[in-house]
Amino acid sequence: MALFKSVIGKLKSGLAKTRESFGGIVSLLSGRKLDEQLIEEIEARLIRADVGVSAARTLCTGIKDAYRKGDMTKGEDALEYLKREIKAMWPEEDRKLHTAESGPTVILVTGVNGAGKTTSIAKICKRFKDDNKQVLLGACDTFRAGAVRQLEIWSERLGVDIVKGHEGSDPAAVAYDACSAGLARGADVIILDTAGRLQTQAGLMDQLTKIRRVVEKQIPSAPHEVILVLDATAGQNALRQAEGFAEAAGVTSIFLAKLDGTARGGMVVAIREQTNLPVKLIGVGETPDDVEPFDPERFVEAMFEESANVG
Amino acid sequence: MFDRMSDGFNNVFRKLSGRAEISEANVREAMEEVETALLEADVHYDVAKKFCKDVVQDALGKEVTKSLKPGQEMIGIVNDRLIELLGGQPGEDGSEPKGIMKVAPGPTVVMMCGLQGSGKTTTCGKLAAHLKKQGRSVMLCAADLQRPAAVEQLGIVASQAHEKMPGNAPVSFYSEPDKCDEYGKAVGVAVKVCQNALKKAREQDVDVLILDTAGRLHVNDELMGELRQVNTAIQPHQIFLVVDAMTGQDAVESAKAFHSQLEIDGVILSKFDSDTRGGAALSVKSITGAPIRFIGTGETLGDMEVFAPDRIASRILGMGDMVSLVEKAQQEVSEEEAIRLQEKMAKGEMTMDDFLKQLKTLRRMGPMKQLLGMLPGVGQAMKNIEFDEKELDRVEAMIGSMTKDEREKPKIIDNSRKRRIAKGFGGDQSRVGQIVKQFGMVSQMSKQMANLGAGGKVSAVKQLAAGGGMEGMMPGLSGLPGMSARGSTKSGSGGKKKFKQRKKRR
Repeated sequence: MALFKSVIGKLKSGLAKTRESFGGIVSLLSGRKLDEQLIEEIEARLIRADVGVSAARTLCTGIKDAYRKGDMTKGEDALEYLKREIKAMWPEEDRKLHTAESGPTVILVTGVNGAGKTTSIAKICKRFKDDNKQVLLGACDTFRAGAVRQLEIWSERLGVDIVKGHEGSDPAAVAYDACSAGLARGADVIILDTAGRLQTQAGLMDQLTKIRRVVEKQIPSAPHEVILVLDATAGQNALRQAEGFAEAAGVTSIFLAKLDGTARGGMVVAIREQTNLPVKLIGVGETPDDVEPFDPERFVEAMFEESANVG
Repeated sequence: MFDRMSDGFNNVFRKLSGRAEISEANVREAMEEVETALLEADVHYDVAKKFCKDVVQDALGKEVTKSLKPGQEMIGIVNDRLIELLGGQPGEDGSEPKGIMKVAPGPTVVMMCGLQGSGKTTTCGKLAAHLKKQGRSVMLCAADLQRPAAVEQLGIVASQAHEKMPGNAPVSFYSEPDKCDEYGKAVGVAVKVCQNALKKAREQDVDVLILDTAGRLHVNDELMGELRQVNTAIQPHQIFLVVDAMTGQDAVESAKAFHSQLEIDGVILSKFDSDTRGGAALSVKSITGAPIRFIGTGETLGDMEVFAPDRIASRILGMGDMVSLVEKAQQEVSEEEAIRLQEKMAKGEMTMDDFLKQLKTLRRMGPMKQLLGMLPGVGQAMKNIEFDEKELDRVEAMIGSMTKDEREKPKIIDNSRKRRIAKGFGGDQSRVGQIVKQFGMVSQMSKQMANLGAGGKVSAVKQLAAGGGMEGMMPGLSGLPGMSARGSTKSGSGGKKKFKQRKKRR
């Protein structure tokens, strides 16, 4: 119970900023009678929270229809409706990271520059490590200055093996080396870091496809997960990122990073509405422990939670 | 990068110009569409609302509805409002678009701050390269002791700027890597590092000292406190906030928070080469009051531009950005050369050698797709077309395999010559035929273009883009350096005189 409490607490504090914004909706609606103007204000707040224009309009059209029919009169009704509708966007589904049936599980981590890939990898790595799995990191970001070193420092801190190449070397070659090393050393999980790239850079996106192919050749069922790390402060551009990376690398799930502080998490709604990619993990802080499985029920509740000590 | 927004605007203009009669209702309805486009492009909600309201008001005030060319009038209004939103015309507030100020005695201290992953360290390197080009010496100070390997990264960036970027000034690097372990345990470690760097910069008579601070959330009091400490202790002359151009509605919130704590002098938008969205660019200035000063437009250290509101507005409206293109061209082509080419083109005497030279010049200016995007109307036409730079390599190799005679008189290239050339560049014989044929068409067209007014040129280029596909497009651009001598398309005429004026202004 105590453990559960701390987990909830962490999620809540991580979502403090999120709650401020969505919480604004709570105080906006509490004890108010619905009218057209208020519904418009709801739409504005949803858009400001990055849930996307189309999702916000769909939600508010629902409220408006019910209001006009006389089915909905109170602000609280609208609030309940919002919670219910947003939660309903995530029916039961498998949100565990896929693993290999036998042999090493290969996880390919992708994303745009500065999304938080390396830190997220540290978090994923820590989870497996805590599960007594033997993890091997592959430093395939051979482009950005200091990227390999950054991952290396994490590998030292977490006490896991790392395979690296020289700066400027072929990332696919590093991926190859990492996979063979993983096979040889009997690693349970191989996590491959890749260089940040914008989805508009066709050449770099092709490189991702190549890395994927190289991995597949060595371990036929791999990669078992292709994770797209999204910055939770990203706006609607995240949708383009999801499309671009899904096409080039066959993304299987999303890691929503930097949900602490500034982010409003509204992104998650937009992504869900327009892509079919599941969000599996969320990053809620700066240490490797600050990672949570994505739980829509809890997430939405925390999002709308009204709290006196929101700072 | 503004595709979505451009689409939205263009739809509106098209609709309005197609109407025989324009009413207030029409304009309002049209601007509602624009509002959606803006919101989908992550323009801040309040900004988008206000912008559309202002445009409607202007439109009604100017009686666009009674105008004969309402579409054109609307473009004018939207353009003006956009420029205002982006920060106003340069020099409007009495000042030139500023670079990094000079102080005496030096160094000018510039502090960079921003959220994690916004691109501070890379931007530090770009700014250093920018200053180096102007002949100013730079020292980069690694004050980010938090992120693993951030110090190393800045070190590498500094040496890249020093060794590989153009300019006659050194870029040095200051760090105290051993302080990373102390960080978080003692107070003011980062401040101390900055102070030491300042001392060193004074000793070495460095022109500009750039402080790379750790990324932080604006809601993190502790880290914001550290920034304030650095601010108080060092008193930097300029503080820049680096903002990721892909940030959503939150962009302005964080900018506002940084601004209220530190009074930032400007914003540098990073990752501006992403796509379809540029919401942050439109929102930051009007909400925070801090102007956007630079934009990062690519992966290498040279990829940074000074932010010019009027040019960005043109790009958003799909009117291209001829001014930037011309400037880029001027850096590569001398005026005499441009005029010589222009004359050659007018007479239809262009040779394969000229073509090759132009091609090489063009490619030095940047990736082809980026350049083409700056042409009026072309960005729209080719947004879904992938440009294969390798194809240009092959064309270069092909021309390289021709004899001098063949290059001067491509007409003499018969099948036997084609076979030899194909062997020479390791390609297909039919491809040689294609290029020779296209070259013939292009030199014909460039002859016409050189004798056309500017407006005609634009539509000719547009036609090429719409119908010709990339292959036809590429040689078609051979007219570009020649065009640069005639000034921007907007000016319409004036040719050489304009060119000189612009040169002086720079």
